[in-house]
Amino acid sequence: MQLIACPWCGPREEVEFHYGGQAHVPYPDSPAELSDEEWALYVFFRDNTKGRFAERWNHTTGCRRWFNAIRDTTTYRFESVYRLDDPKPPVTELARSRRSTAP
Amino acid sequence: MSPPFRTASGGRIDRATAVEFIFDGQTLTGHPGDTLASALLAHGRHQVATSITLGRSRGIAAAWAEDPGGLVQVEEPFPEPMLLATTVELFDGLVAHGLPGQGRLADVPDSARYDAVHHHVDVLVVGAGPAGLAAALTAARAGARVALVDEQSEAGGSLLSGTERLDDAPALEWVAAAVAELAGSPEVLHLQRTTAFGSYDDGFVLALERRTDHLGAAAPRHVSRQRVWRIRARSVVVATGAHERPVVFADNDRPGTMLAGAARTFLHRYGVLPGRAAVVFTTNDSAYDTALDLSRAGVHVQAVVDARPEGSPRRREECEAAGIRLLPGAVVTGTQGVERVTHALVAPFADGAVGAGSAIACDLLLVSGGWNPAVHLYSQARGRLRYDEVLGAFLPGERLDGLTVAGSAAGVLDLAGCLADGRRGARAALTALGITPAADDRLPAAPESAVPTAPLVLWRVPDTSGADGSTSFVDLQRDATVADIARAIGAGLRSIEHVKRYTTIGTAHDQGKTSGVLTSGITAELLGIPVQDTGTTTFRPPYTPVAFAALAGRDRGRLFDPERVTALHEWHVAAGAVFEDVGQWKRPRYYPRPGEDMAAAVLRECAAARTGVGILDGSTLGKIDVQGPDAAVLLDRLYTNMMSSLKVGSVRYGVMCGVDGMVIDDGTVLRLAEDRFLVLTTTGGAAKVLDWMEEWVQTEWPDLRVHCTSVTEQWVTLPVVGPRSRDVVGAVFPGVDVSAEAFPFMTWRDTSLEGVPVRLARISFSGELAYEVYVNPWYAVAVWQRLLEAGRPHGITPYGTETMHVLRAEKGYPIIGQDTDGTVTPHDLGMAWAVSKKKPDFIGKRSFARPANADPLRKQLVGLLPVDRETVLPEGSQVVEFLADGELPPPPVPMLGHVTSSYRSAELARPFALALVRGGRERIGETVHVPVDGTLVPAEVTGSVLVDPEGARRDG
Amino acid sequence: MAELLRTHPLEGWTTRFERLPDTVRITVEPYVAMVDVRLAPVGAEASAALGVDLPTTPGTWVPAGAGRAVWLGPDEWLLTSTTEAPEELEARVRAAVAGLGGSATDVSAQRIGLRLTGARVRDVLVKGCSIDLHPRVFGRGSSAQTLLGQAGVVLLALSDAGDDVLVLVRSSFAGYLADWLLDAALEFTPTPDR
Repeated sequence: MQLIACPWCGPREEVEFHYGGQAHVPYPDSPAELSDEEWALYVFFRDNTKGRFAERWNHTTGCRRWFNAIRDTTTYRFESVYRLDDPKPPVTELARSRRSTAP
Repeated sequence: MSPPFRTASGGRIDRATAVEFIFDGQTLTGHPGDTLASALLAHGRHQVATSITLGRSRGIAAAWAEDPGGLVQVEEPFPEPMLLATTVELFDGLVAHGLPGQGRLADVPDSARYDAVHHHVDVLVVGAGPAGLAAALTAARAGARVALVDEQSEAGGSLLSGTERLDDAPALEWVAAAVAELAGSPEVLHLQRTTAFGSYDDGFVLALERRTDHLGAAAPRHVSRQRVWRIRARSVVVATGAHERPVVFADNDRPGTMLAGAARTFLHRYGVLPGRAAVVFTTNDSAYDTALDLSRAGVHVQAVVDARPEGSPRRREECEAAGIRLLPGAVVTGTQGVERVTHALVAPFADGAVGAGSAIACDLLLVSGGWNPAVHLYSQARGRLRYDEVLGAFLPGERLDGLTVAGSAAGVLDLAGCLADGRRGARAALTALGITPAADDRLPAAPESAVPTAPLVLWRVPDTSGADGSTSFVDLQRDATVADIARAIGAGLRSIEHVKRYTTIGTAHDQGKTSGVLTSGITAELLGIPVQDTGTTTFRPPYTPVAFAALAGRDRGRLFDPERVTALHEWHVAAGAVFEDVGQWKRPRYYPRPGEDMAAAVLRECAAARTGVGILDGSTLGKIDVQGPDAAVLLDRLYTNMMSSLKVGSVRYGVMCGVDGMVIDDGTVLRLAEDRFLVLTTTGGAAKVLDWMEEWVQTEWPDLRVHCTSVTEQWVTLPVVGPRSRDVVGAVFPGVDVSAEAFPFMTWRDTSLEGVPVRLARISFSGELAYEVYVNPWYAVAVWQRLLEAGRPHGITPYGTETMHVLRAEKGYPIIGQDTDGTVTPHDLGMAWAVSKKKPDFIGKRSFARPANADPLRKQLVGLLPVDRETVLPEGSQVVEFLADGELPPPPVPMLGHVTSSYRSAELARPFALALVRGGRERIGETVHVPVDGTLVPAEVTGSVLVDPEGARRDG
Repeated sequence: MAELLRTHPLEGWTTRFERLPDTVRITVEPYVAMVDVRLAPVGAEASAALGVDLPTTPGTWVPAGAGRAVWLGPDEWLLTSTTEAPEELEARVRAAVAGLGGSATDVSAQRIGLRLTGARVRDVLVKGCSIDLHPRVFGRGSSAQTLLGQAGVVLLALSDAGDDVLVLVRSSFAGYLADWLLDAALEFTPTPDR
């Protein structure tokens, strides 16, 4: 049972949360002006990143707020959580795993 | 009278108290503090089971959970299959027998209680041996919140099995003092009989506490028998010790063959001599302790067979003084005997070659191939193991954040080292948590231990001529042998995970505690590669078997799944309602009168609503208060139709779609004020729609000044339905003009009943004249009764969800999720009228313009009338079509669609159905066929509205 | 005021609650008015209009006149009042916050309150609540929205010793939670109720 740190309520068990898919996929400004293909990209297609991935979570049984998180999809580790009005952290370095470098 | 193999004194058993138990039909005695295994050994009984595939005799081969042999079935006090005699604590009245291969599940319900408890600590220490106790004391003295869990009945770990001394006194005196000190620390939780069986993310460890198992029939029934501790630790110290490893040789499964350390445990902890004449076969120094202790206790130790060329020079003198023959450079190649070992076959061993052997008589063959650190919890937490060539063992290979391994679990095998390592582990944990270790965390002094002679890594005794390894058992429980591993490799398998699955080694109750690393070693040897390249199989929870009952805990019976009920539930129960599960809600389905079945009751209830007046508890409808200056903007964006044009005091039906244009919910919207709406959703959609609104407001449109709040349980909803509803509602709420002119369809009015606010709405989910009554549920019973009273002259009839469904289906009103799945648009439902053409955008709009949505062959909602006027088409039935010539097409028969709702109609005096049918609206008037129990039932396709299509009754 | 009969979902549980020992007392809270307040940001103006400083620290509650103000989210609170009727409280709060872009919704009947008192309260709650309820962490003034068993709850710590906790639960789950609590308290009940 992982803990997920709600930016408001602090660490809670993962069962208190709902996953909301990839973050930073805004609703298009003018859907009517998009081609069928462009619209289909918005509706049906999301990244399937191996490694650090920005995604949305909702603290459903707590404060019911949506927030974003950077999670490593190979280790499941949450590297950071941030509020919706915070900027997206730069996705640069590789995941910091639970393992330390020292033996 | 003492059983023959019980020592005269010593051990941790309560000799003053006798305990009677029955094993294999024989009444025997033991003492509190015994396990079933030690009590059986005290009676000279080694063989307890027969193996599952080969039917070979199997005996007690270890002293705790690593035993691969001594499986028993407990019959009393409650039937439990496949327990280890070594882990069943003895109590009065225990009835058990050896397992003939397989266990038997109880055929009566388990009446014991099981529960779970959450617990948070700074430091969790697993294992109360020397290292664990040292760690727990260190953490406790620093003032940390500590939990110490240990699987045995008492603390001490390996100290319970020996004669070690600390601070010049018996080590168990220090154990007692340490336990007392921990008991006096308010922030320490110390649990014995508690096995940490799984370690997971973020310091989460599950432990099973056996609370009353050892009490037998005397266990108090209101206390849980077993408890799962869900421990969340900021830091974990794993001090789980090590398991002794056997060496594989031919016929190594013969009862009387036992791990050397186990014999020492039986002697010192339980006061039992596991035999009279022993041969000790070892590859390391630790087994000498057993040989010497047994000898001192009166066991004739025939020989110590040491595979190392020189044996242990340092222990040679001790052996000579005790008169024990030492055979260095020798191995045991096999055993003789029937149900008990009578001889060990011993042969010289040099440079990997086995010479000619001879038989040594014995009734006990003790084996030690070294020690495997119990790294399970570390490995489950995704720690990587490294192979230590000197110890011939896999050790924790890297540090994990929040988890430290200490003591012999980390490969430290001497007492002083374990104590120090336990303290080191705890200090490291404390420091990482920012807790300062106490200045005084003194530990007792252990006598200096001599450096042991290096062990020899020996997985198996090489084949002697003629032996094919088919009786050289690697996994006794699975009857898997060296020959099986060879066969796996012969089949081309290289990965240890594949070898495991091919041979099933390590998949039994013991999960490979003795066999796992042996398999790695033997596989490596057969492949001719280093064992570190083979590695181990993955360690997975649980460490020891956990009963499903314990995992289920208290979530059974009434507490298995919450039942949500409305404020009128007691009334429904008293009225004899038959309930239906709608999600977690319990809703009345129908109210049968004496002698009525569901069909009869529903026909009666429907008739009442269509011709007189009916009343429904609709409280489970989802309700959302949408407030703020931009409330109308939000609803315009989320509903397919226009909500901003709705007048205060009015009601509008609305449909909600996903971005893909498919219907996700429908309902009605009341405009309460310019800046306030009450949104009604389906029962199942209540939480989903609120979440949907919140998601858009929070993540896409934070600038909208609007807030959404669930008021589902703030209001009960009581639809009063039927031609006489006006009379009933008018009588109960005289302050409201209920006439059609003053209070038209799709409007609402506020009123009050004796000072209690009440809202009335002309909403109809039945197609009849209807008023929905909204009131705070505190007053639900009172208002419901007033309505019933006022309706009595009109024969008011309470009706349930089944009648509600029939009434709405007759009107073609879809249930989202029943008449739709995720592929149905408003247009498919015939609701193009509910899709705004004026709004520039709303969720789903763009998808309506996708070509697939313009396909005339999309499935559309239509009515079906079975031509025979008798058959109720089963919901979910397929709709098929004949060819033009009247023939059924060859299989696979093309499907036109399926039946989504189907009922008997009192109004139509025949059954009817709703169905999603390809190009359905174009087919109105045609006949399609529905296979029912092998017969094709013809049905006429109609429009979906079968009753009062003009809406005259509803608007009345 | 109303003369209409009022009922409570846990009327049928009274006898069973009465049989509980002093170490785990369960008392059904009388009905109080409750309003869900949404407002952002919270400033002096809002405090003045409402007559209470809405707590801005997550997981806390403060006394507010004859009631409490409970943090539910960064822009959401539960305001309770033991002296006003639900519709009065809603009207007053709505009038105070509407001009500030806020909202107020009567949710008096959404939840019922169960007050748990006694030395064993924590031992009962930890059987189904995964958050840390140690008094050092969850002392008076703390609150939490979380799961208790399988029911969503709001927990309010009313004492520093962990022996006085108010549990707010959705009314429809009241029966489930009452059964759950009675079952959890069974081992502390001297005459087991079986």
